[in-house]
Amino acid sequence: MVPPAEFRSYYGRPILKAPVWTDEVPLYYFAGGLAGASASLALGARLTGNHRLASAALTASAAGFLTSFPLLVDDLGRPARFHHMLRVFKPTSPMNMGSWLLSAAGPAAVGAALADRLGVLPRIGRAAEVLAGVLGPAVATYTGVLVADTAVPVWHEAGGDLPLVFASGAAASAGAAALLLTPAADAGPARRLAVGGAVADLASVEVMRRRLGELGEAYEARPVRRFANLARTCMTAGALAVGFAGRRRAGAVAGAALLLAGAACQRLAVHKAGFVSAADPAQVVKPQRDRLAARDGDARSG
Amino acid sequence: MSAPAQVVTFGAGYEKAARPRVGFFTDTSVCIGCKACEVACKEWNLVPEAGPIEFTGNSYDNTMTLAADTWRHVAFVEQEVPGAGAGAGALQPAGSLDLAAAAAEAAGLDVPRAADGMRWLMSSDVCKHCSSAACLEVCPTGALFRTEFGTVVVQADVCNGCGYCVPACPFGVIDRREDDGRVFKCTLCYDRLRDGMEPACARACPTDSIQFGELDELRARADRRLATLHDGGVAEARLYLRDEADGIGGAGAFFLLLDEPEVYGLPPDPVSTTRDLPKLWRAAGVAAGALVAGLAVAFAGGRR
Repeated sequence: MVPPAEFRSYYGRPILKAPVWTDEVPLYYFAGGLAGASASLALGARLTGNHRLASAALTASAAGFLTSFPLLVDDLGRPARFHHMLRVFKPTSPMNMGSWLLSAAGPAAVGAALADRLGVLPRIGRAAEVLAGVLGPAVATYTGVLVADTAVPVWHEAGGDLPLVFASGAAASAGAAALLLTPAADAGPARRLAVGGAVADLASVEVMRRRLGELGEAYEARPVRRFANLARTCMTAGALAVGFAGRRRAGAVAGAALLLAGAACQRLAVHKAGFVSAADPAQVVKPQRDRLAARDGDARSG
Repeated sequence: MSAPAQVVTFGAGYEKAARPRVGFFTDTSVCIGCKACEVACKEWNLVPEAGPIEFTGNSYDNTMTLAADTWRHVAFVEQEVPGAGAGAGALQPAGSLDLAAAAAEAAGLDVPRAADGMRWLMSSDVCKHCSSAACLEVCPTGALFRTEFGTVVVQADVCNGCGYCVPACPFGVIDRREDDGRVFKCTLCYDRLRDGMEPACARACPTDSIQFGELDELRARADRRLATLHDGGVAEARLYLRDEADGIGGAGAFFLLLDEPEVYGLPPDPVSTTRDLPKLWRAAGVAAGALVAGLAVAFAGGRR
């Protein structure tokens, strides 16, 4: 970490408060991202007449949304008041916007999956598929905004990159889940989405870490490094397995499992890096001091 | 009347109900570290114990931070100051006790001075009731709202404990109470304000380090106090969060400090995270577009 002489603090104590969120929250980022991207994958499949892929992706999407709900509600301090999220419509709160998104996309995806599985209400089912599919990209990316819209330096300063990191992982997850549930002959788009998502995830995480500069040291801390490295390994191995062996069942299953694990680990890494960052007064003070110095320099020369 | 700058709250009703904005000016140059403010706040608001008493060894500070159960926190810093110490009766670069002592000596009393080369900084920290309050802006339930006095308050019957406000606050003020599930912080004694009384901490402060009043008046008073200190040779005195051009639009509770903010545990240049929100939503839009493009490419490759 930074030697004390470079900045001053109050007994080395944190300035910010640690988030109160448990690991349920990054697991929701994973489940919700999978759910949103799967809904869009399902819509694309339906529009291209690939009905087996559409059914598989709808199932994955429904599973993702159904898992998201208890994950989010249980993390609340007062879970019985979860519906208070819809008291207001508030664009300055990504969590509020996300609640509205989930309230629309969740029931739509679950309804569409049921209609598809049971073969009932085809027109309502298709309408629900369209709604869920159109909202899917928003569901997969708003969580990046939510995380960055805080004072935590390693999250806030990555705000330009986090939505793409989350979208890439969501794409890889959705492709992987659909790959598990679709016969190989129809799974081409899922395979391509999975590999493309994994490559984009590896690239966008690398860009984010570089752009963070010194703040990126939070990802080197012990509890974070493990998940970050696991994420990278699983994503790489998963992409290779799906890319080269994805047409065979064994390769598809192994590759998909690795991609899903990689996406989950990446979100856990981002989450835990936030705790390290919030606990370090240097991460707050040094960039702010640099900003003040630059402003004073401008004022003097301007 | 100064309205909070850039208050981004929808349907908050502030404009219709607004009264003259009030707040705190905390003049740490006269704080004696008695902690009457901490006690009065806890007594009036029935704030629970913040856990078993721990002696931290950090000077006289055993609360250490603002929290769900600590709404006023007195910070203590013992500093070595080269060249400071007992000397002529005129104001000199020194800690708060020396300034009070100078006034006492001027009145003819014989007062012991701080030891050579050492001074104390003492400051009562509190929620800043920012003009651009990140906690309020990220709150998804609307529990955090702006009162008619321009202060920021949590509605305990609305809060569902999502905890989004906790990492959003650039000062690390608000926190969740573990056994309750909701978040709590200074209310600027909203109930007392509505009855025309000043907050409990301001009432209890024996040196008027904590001054309560209309924000315009407090800012003018602070400017005068700063000028007095500067004229008296206390060059390191500075106002913190007084200026509406800063990253939170100026605070409802601002300070006169005798050193850099980070020495007191305060961020030197706090900015409300909402300032960057448009950029964040745009980045999400780009990412969503990239996802759609990726899907298109995936399907363009055919069924197999």
